[in-house]
Amino acid sequence: MAEPARAKPKPTPETQHFWDGTAAGELRLQRCDACANVYFPPRPFCPSCASRKVSVFKASGKARLYSYVINHRPAAPGFTPPYAIAVVELDEGPRMMSNIIDCPQTPEALELDMKLEVAFEKLDDKITLPQFRPAKG
Amino acid sequence: MRRNQVAVVGAAETTELGVIPNMSQIQLHADAALNAIADAGLKLSDIDGIATAVETPQQIAHYLGIKPTWVDGTSVGGCSFMLHVRHAAAAIEAGLCKTVLITHAESGKSMIGKLPRSTPPDSLNGQFESPFGVFGPPSMFPIPVLRYMKTYGITHEQIAMVAVVQREWAAKNPRATMKAPITVEDVLNSKMIAYPFRILQCCLVTDGGGALILTSAGRAKDFPQKPVYILGTGESVETPMVSQMETFNSSRAFTTAGPLAFKEAGIAHKDVDHLMIYDAFAHLPLFGLGDLGFMPHEETGRFIAEGNTRPGGKLPLNTNGGGLSYMHSGMYGMYALQESVRQMRGIAPAQVKDARISVCHGVGGMFAASGTIIFTNEK
Ligand SMILES: [Zn+2]
Repeated sequence: MAEPARAKPKPTPETQHFWDGTAAGELRLQRCDACANVYFPPRPFCPSCASRKVSVFKASGKARLYSYVINHRPAAPGFTPPYAIAVVELDEGPRMMSNIIDCPQTPEALELDMKLEVAFEKLDDKITLPQFRPAKG
Repeated sequence: MRRNQVAVVGAAETTELGVIPNMSQIQLHADAALNAIADAGLKLSDIDGIATAVETPQQIAHYLGIKPTWVDGTSVGGCSFMLHVRHAAAAIEAGLCKTVLITHAESGKSMIGKLPRSTPPDSLNGQFESPFGVFGPPSMFPIPVLRYMKTYGITHEQIAMVAVVQREWAAKNPRATMKAPITVEDVLNSKMIAYPFRILQCCLVTDGGGALILTSAGRAKDFPQKPVYILGTGESVETPMVSQMETFNSSRAFTTAGPLAFKEAGIAHKDVDHLMIYDAFAHLPLFGLGDLGFMPHEETGRFIAEGNTRPGGKLPLNTNGGGLSYMHSGMYGMYALQESVRQMRGIAPAQVKDARISVCHGVGGMFAASGTIIFTNEK
């Protein structure tokens, strides 16, 4: 029997650009053309001023570690505990959930506010997840 | 809403709490409802309003044989029942109905007739949280706590004390699931669930239910039980995604609902004799004390660690033992309300002497929603 698979996102019309972006190696955010608000998760209007004039842009991929847990039990299908579930704060402002890769999954290694950079983990031809790793240098 | 226009005249939990393998989830609703109706000295036909969460109002109304003219199916997680109380009070005052039954029950442990909880892969949670390994509340609810601790200088030992103090309250309560005393060392050495939280900082998983009956204050004096009046109410929602909270230093749902209730009640924090803060996990009482304005967040850990919320302390908190030690069937808000009502009636197992004002604060989802009810036994 195959290993249980990790939960896989299914894009909607409003989020397709984000998942197209990660598949192309880009972290894409949206900015309001009217009030310059940068927001996440994706939607075709500005949650700050309600303008429908919004643009997609490529984010820097730079972030810092905002908070996390190291999950021991129960583990989600497709995950080997212990693993960190993190919330990262992007340099552009929005926060997103992610995992921290290329880093020991320990409180000592996972220091709040540590600098991170985006990495891309391909699940299949359609879905690539945005992940974060400690920033180099 | 005007103060003290509506009262709780019936309140009861399921006959048993804990592990109830001989009842399905809707029967647990019915068991609690029948107990509350008996407590109020009413007949089923007297009920003209119904509110419930997770299960639909039509399910519970039909199962009980109730023909309502007012219905509320607000389902925002464990604080849904605080919102039901608020909505029911407004509806009774507006004359939409006279006698409202609010029910909760969950076969959280035995899982009999329990509705499945799932996250569709094309929902926002399914796209932007599930792929990163969240799996149930213990992997999500504690995510803000490390940030909160860093911002305010809260220690692991202080948060462990939340569980220790609540076990002291539970020891006084014959119906509490966990009664044996525990120490900070016990908490910090218990099984790791999701760092920084260990099993003694996570809620229990049990079966049970509860029900409330509300009517106008004018009618309340004709009922067999001492009326418990609704003095103030508040509610709000923020986000279903814990990762998208405005900040992890506070809950916007808390800072909206709590102060709204205090303002409506027209009371100051020093007037509060008894406090319930829904404790699905051990950090919630700290968030609650800060966000409801009892003290700055920086002081919340020390306040609990120094014993101010324990039996005999100046602010009795979670006096039934809470979700950590009393019971937690999945949506604990109903049990917090039941304990506030018992305290206001003067019949709680760990009764706070001469308590006149009780604040009952609930959370739904992972800080997704909040409801606050302030009760009094004086009109
Ligand atoms: Zn805008």
